[in-house]
Parts: sequence; structure tokens; C-alpha cells
Amino acid sequence: MTTMTREETQALIQEVLEVYPEKAKKDRVLHLTVNDQGVEQSKKCITSNRKSLPGVMTIRGCAYAGSKGVVWGPIKDMIHISHGPVGCGQYSRAGRRNYYVGTTGINTFGTMNFTSDFQEKDIVFGGDKKLSKILTEIDQLFPLNKGITIQSECPIGLIGDDIEAVSKQGAKELEKPIVPVRCEGFRGVSQSLGHHIANDAVRDWVLGNRDNDTSFEVTPYDVTIIGDYNIGGDAWASRTLLEEMGLRVIAQWSGDGTLAEMENTPKAKLNLLHCYRSMNYVSRHMEEKYGIPWMEYNFFGPTKIAESLRKIAGFFDESIQIKAEKVIEKYKAEFDAVIAKYRPRLEGKRVMLYVGGLRPRHIIGAYEDLGMEVVGTGYEFAHNDDYDRTIKEMGNATLIYDDVTGYEFEEFVKTVKPDLIGSGIKEKYIFQKMGIPFRQMHSWDYSGPYHGYDGFAIFARDMDMTINNPCWNKMQAPWLKSETEDASAEAA
Amino acid sequence: MPNVMIRIKDNGALLFYIAKKDQEDEIATVEVDTDNEWGGVVELTDGSKYYIEPMSPRPSFPTTLRFKRAE
Ligand code: SF4
Repeated sequence: MTTMTREETQALIQEVLEVYPEKAKKDRVLHLTVNDQGVEQSKKCITSNRKSLPGVMTIRGCAYAGSKGVVWGPIKDMIHISHGPVGCGQYSRAGRRNYYVGTTGINTFGTMNFTSDFQEKDIVFGGDKKLSKILTEIDQLFPLNKGITIQSECPIGLIGDDIEAVSKQGAKELEKPIVPVRCEGFRGVSQSLGHHIANDAVRDWVLGNRDNDTSFEVTPYDVTIIGDYNIGGDAWASRTLLEEMGLRVIAQWSGDGTLAEMENTPKAKLNLLHCYRSMNYVSRHMEEKYGIPWMEYNFFGPTKIAESLRKIAGFFDESIQIKAEKVIEKYKAEFDAVIAKYRPRLEGKRVMLYVGGLRPRHIIGAYEDLGMEVVGTGYEFAHNDDYDRTIKEMGNATLIYDDVTGYEFEEFVKTVKPDLIGSGIKEKYIFQKMGIPFRQMHSWDYSGPYHGYDGFAIFARDMDMTINNPCWNKMQAPWLKSETEDASAEAA
Repeated sequence: MPNVMIRIKDNGALLFYIAKKDQEDEIATVEVDTDNEWGGVVELTDGSKYYIEPMSPRPSFPTTLRFKRAE
């Protein structure tokens, strides 16, 4: 199928909306749009960050997921208590693949699940006593932890426990930072508010800790990586590039990050922000309080990497700028070879994305480097500022969908017939069974890293092996195939 | 009376950010905008208007200020 025109895309949206009752239709129509690069402000054409409709299948998470799963969870040398019933933490345990170095259970705790395992009596009588007991127990069992965070699950807010008081008391006794985070799942409409709450908790309980401590030696080239969760090693692949161009990365937020790195972040010269959605809050705060500028960058695909490296270098003196050019030059042969190998196999393939924070717009460049086209994109929990940034990246007349429902996504796919879909685990098997190649773009489908030049090679290989996998010709049982198809298959 | 963080964008324009609502917009016009005074009615590119008592000296951005909604 060829590319759709604006009218066709508009008609598709109308058709998909037909099955909804009047009220639902009125709500959903605001979240679906045909991209128009001429629009300056996304809020004129798309509504986002609103409550999902009751009764539809949404792909969103909760505020607890945004705080524990995304922002705090990867801080490897702190222990994050999933405070409340056992399920929230257990079912999300270690699923995000944010890699780290360290000995789990000794000095790092990333893939472990700590929970206060609320029972009926804790709900009835309150869990504060239990929590303070847990804090002491944790410190006895895992003495090398650098601090503890308390990630509230829904019941904590409902029964009104005073986790702040317990934290203050505990911090005094253990002489370690203990951070209460009020990220109960019912707050907000998606995980997005959880990011914000987590950012605020970092601001209030961590950032200022070393304001009067000058023992950390600074250099004029100190930068931080903010909003890179080291999925499959992403942050490492990014870090090497920055270091090669002469910068010193003093903190990683929060993939493979530590409490000390977070505390030292206010001493950086520039904050480099990858996932804008989940960490812009704290970057803004540091700009205001410490005067540290921040910039968004994109390390997906050689075009965007080169653009970002040059932009980053622009913040520093000439020696860095020269080195940045050298880095780009150095990897040129490498990424040219990747493109030469995979572009012919992927040229013209069409992709639909539906992911979270930054990827629905950031990965577009990487696909384009391989000659592919993104024909539909959408976010689970974006705000208007994200769509502002997306409109320019997407082609005209492509589909944009916000908080897409399971039904809408399937219907779009049936008509648009993309060659590849990039979304999450819940969507994966539906689309695979429909015979459409699929990659999980949250966890990189157990692969990665995809950031940086090293990551691009892996990205290209993965896309090729998914799209050109021979299994997609085998979707029809042999006895159902018509003779002509047989013949053409043999000829091929 | 929202708390608003104002910062300078890459293109030189002022960005009006209401943290509570996660709303980000460029400032289109500022009523009083001289070397030593800043404030009055501030209009955003989406047409909404906010008001702040003109202050002097001109604040240095980024900074957080309290605005009133102006109609
Ligand atoms: S919504 Fe509440 S109960 Fe559900 S996972 Fe989130 S915190 Fe747990």
C-alpha cells in the first residue's frame, strides 16, 4: 500500500471512531490527528495528558510505575521499598532491563524487589510501625546501601500513613538519606505525574545534600546524562561518545546511577537531557537554582547523533568542538557500513510506533537513516510540549494518536498495513498473530543498546532480522495457499 | 495565581512554563519590557493573558514568578 493522503487518513480516523458511543467519540476524536507540519502548536490539533476513557483498553501505567519503575528504580545503590501490597513491585520487578554494574544484593539492588507486603491488618491499623521496622531490617541485612526510598502504592495514600515522619525518624537513626515518595498509583492520569512527583522528591530530598561540600573536584568539561535509563546499556553507549569528545560525565540519571552522582549533579556545567518527558522538571529546577543550562539531545541514528554532538560541543570551547568532529569522523566508516548493509534490505519499509516518553519522536531519525518511513506515531503519556516537538519530525499526513486504545491501534494497523510496529509487550503478540513484524521498543525486545553509534548497528540488525524474517511468509497454512502464490513463492 | 517559571529559549524567545499544569508556551508580547522594568500584561502565543506587577530592575531569567490570570 502506498502512502495515504491527508483525506484518506482523516477518513480512517472517522471510520475508526464510528463504533464508539457519542460521548466517547467526542472525547477520542480530540486525541487523534493527521500530522500537519505547518501547525506551530500541537494543542490546536491534539489533546493529551487527559484521563483515559473508562471501558477502553489503555496501555498506560500508573504514577507508582513512573516513580519506582522509571525515575528512582535504576538508582542502583539505594534500596527502593515498594510500600504497600506485594503485587505492584513484584510484577514489575526487573522487567525494564536497566543495566548496572555491581554485585546485586551486596552493593547494588536494582533487580531486587523490596516490599512492605501489606496485609489486612496493616490497612486497618496503619503501616507506619511496619515501615520503620523494615528500614532497620534493611539496614542490617544490606549494610552497604547508600539510602532508602519509600515508593508509595495506592493504599498508602488511601489510609493516610505518615511516611514522611517515619522517613525523618529513620534517617536520624540510620544516618542515611531516606526519601518518602508520594507516588500512589491513583495520582494523575498516567505514569507522567509519577515522573513529576519523583523529580520533586529528588529536588527536595537529594539535590541540595552537597551544596556546601566542595570536596568534589570539578572541571570545566563536566556534564551529566539525564533521562537515560540504560536500557540494554544505552547510557554506556552514549557515555563513550561524550567522553571521546573530551567531556567528563559526572552523573547518569538514572540508569546505572548512584546517589552520590545525583548529589553531585549541581556541580555540572551542562545537563544533557535525553528523556525530556520524565526529567525536564528537575533540569528546569537546576537551571533556575544553580544556573546549569540544559539541552535536549538525541542519540538515535547517525544523523541525529552528529547533530546532537555538534550542538553539545557548541556549549564548550573550540578544543571540544574539534574533538566532536573527530568523533563523528572516526565512526563514519562504521555507520556507513551499517547503512550500506541494511538500507537496501529496509528501504521504503513503513513503521508505526506507539511508545512512551521520547521514543515516538526520537527514533524517527534512526529509521530514516535506514531509508524507512514512520507513518504513525503516538505517546502513552505525553503532554502538549511533546507533540510540539513531534509535529516537525513526522511527515505530513501521517497519523498521530495519543493514549491510543487497543481497538483503535488494531484498526489503524489493519488499514495502514505497516511493515513494522514498534510498541510494548502487551501489543506484541496481537500484532504478531496478525502477521505483522513487531519490535518491543520499550525494552528493545531483550536486545540493545540502541543509543549511540554502537547502538545504531544493533538497531539496524534487529530491524532487519524482524522485518525480513522468513516466518512472515508462513502465516498461511500451506493447504490454504492458492496455486499462483505457490508458484510465485518458488520463483522467488 | 499560578507559579510560572520563565526561561530563555534557544531562539531567544521567553518560555512561559506553568509547572502545576505542565503547560509550556512562548510569550508573544510583554506590556512593559525595557532595560530596567519588566511586567504588566503578558500575552502567550496561544492567546491567553497573564498579569504581573511591573518590576524593576528587570529580573534575570530563568526565574519563577507569580502571575495572575488577566482577562
Ligand atoms: S495503580 Fe496502585 S495498585 Fe496498581 S500498580 Fe499502581 S500503585 Fe499498585
